[in-house]
Amino acid sequence: MEPIIKVEHLNKIFSSGTGEVVAADDISFSIDKGDIFGIIGLSGAGKSTLVRCLNLLERPTSGSIFIGKNNLLELSERELRMERRKIGMIFQHFNLLMQRNVLDNVCFPLEIAGMKKKEARERASKLLKTVGLKEKAKAYPAQLSGGQKQRVAIARVLAANPEILLCDEATSALDPQTTKSILSLLKDINEKYGITIVVITHEMSVVREICSHVAVLEEGKLVESGTVDEVFDSPKTEAARKLILNAGIQNK
Amino acid sequence: MWGKEMIIMLAEGTADTLYMTLMSTLFGYVLGLPMGILLAVTDKEGIRPNRLIYKVLDFVANLVRSIPFLILLILVIPLTKAIVGKSYGSSATVVPLVIAAAPFIARMVESSLKEVDRGVIEAAISMGAGNFQIIWKVMLAEARTSLLVGVTIAVGTILGYSAMAGVVGGGGLGDIAIRYGYYRYQTDVMLVTIIILVALVQILQGLGMLLSKKMDKRRV
Repeated sequence: MEPIIKVEHLNKIFSSGTGEVVAADDISFSIDKGDIFGIIGLSGAGKSTLVRCLNLLERPTSGSIFIGKNNLLELSERELRMERRKIGMIFQHFNLLMQRNVLDNVCFPLEIAGMKKKEARERASKLLKTVGLKEKAKAYPAQLSGGQKQRVAIARVLAANPEILLCDEATSALDPQTTKSILSLLKDINEKYGITIVVITHEMSVVREICSHVAVLEEGKLVESGTVDEVFDSPKTEAARKLILNAGIQNK
Repeated sequence: MWGKEMIIMLAEGTADTLYMTLMSTLFGYVLGLPMGILLAVTDKEGIRPNRLIYKVLDFVANLVRSIPFLILLILVIPLTKAIVGKSYGSSATVVPLVIAAAPFIARMVESSLKEVDRGVIEAAISMGAGNFQIIWKVMLAEARTSLLVGVTIAVGTILGYSAMAGVVGGGGLGDIAIRYGYYRYQTDVMLVTIIILVALVQILQGLGMLLSKKMDKRRV
């Protein structure tokens, strides 16, 4: 199958006054359509930087990022904006518009795309139903719990009909119970709409729960990748073993 | 001396002061709002960093703010004459007031916009929003209560400045206070103008705060 995301020789170096930090060091991998792909690593391993490169929130220092056939780094600003509409993203802190109610938050990407207000509202209402928040349409984000906010963010992302969904520590601010319900929602979305999902997390249980494939990052390098079963059952590298073992201890 | 004439004069003075204040605030925002937006957008943490534009605007804003208003008032008389046709009266005072207020307003707008959560802006970028959409639908919309508090502060400050215009025959309550209270030793007239000024500031401040509170959806 043709991969939907293909990253080749990606490098990202942050320069500051005191020196350089290599956040991504010659990373290459690809993700097939319909996969749920986990990227794990300790904090500071470069997970967030990597996922933020996938929609160019962070511009890599070198390398290429193919979404389908397009190399994001070769697109014009306008083309990039169009491409980004196919790549949804949800965040650890939800990043909802605090001055808009839930329905209007979900309408936001449709407004950007120029859809008529009435049509947008109808679509947004349907999506709120999908994420189980129909009765909260008129509420404001400040009135919602963390899990509800993330559901709104998911509805908002789905509004644009994306092919890919990037999750940057999307469950890290949630309690275990809520995490479970958000994960099962993500899984539903993956199955129902065939959306490819990339999950960045430091919680191994999240990967176990929903991912089909996983990549392990250590100090900006991709040290191991494969199906979740392969990597979790017989990790080949020290980094992977440590991550998985520690998680195992924590779970017990 | 507290005849009809005095009351009419004070009423007119109040109307003049309000006219100067509101016109100056309006035109101050016509200049200051775009300037503030540009400052926030071109800042190195902004959505479109541009060192040159930022530095130039930053310099202009600081330059104008460092000139005392009383000096500015006299300094811009030629410009005032060119725009209004005369250098005294309420309308003429609006010109220096706008020049003094615009950079101050720009700074307040800049700081309001910089309060907007970076994550929300990134979310909009990730959805494919363009810069104008981000400025209009995210930055200005999310910062609206803070911007409104800024308007309230601007109105209060401009009201205070407008009283200074009395020194050059600018009209309004400040003018009355100087002519009667200072030149003619009629302290009671001065006191009344001060009471009116205080009342105006209190009312405008109260209204602004009430409105911004009502508009803020961040509190439950």
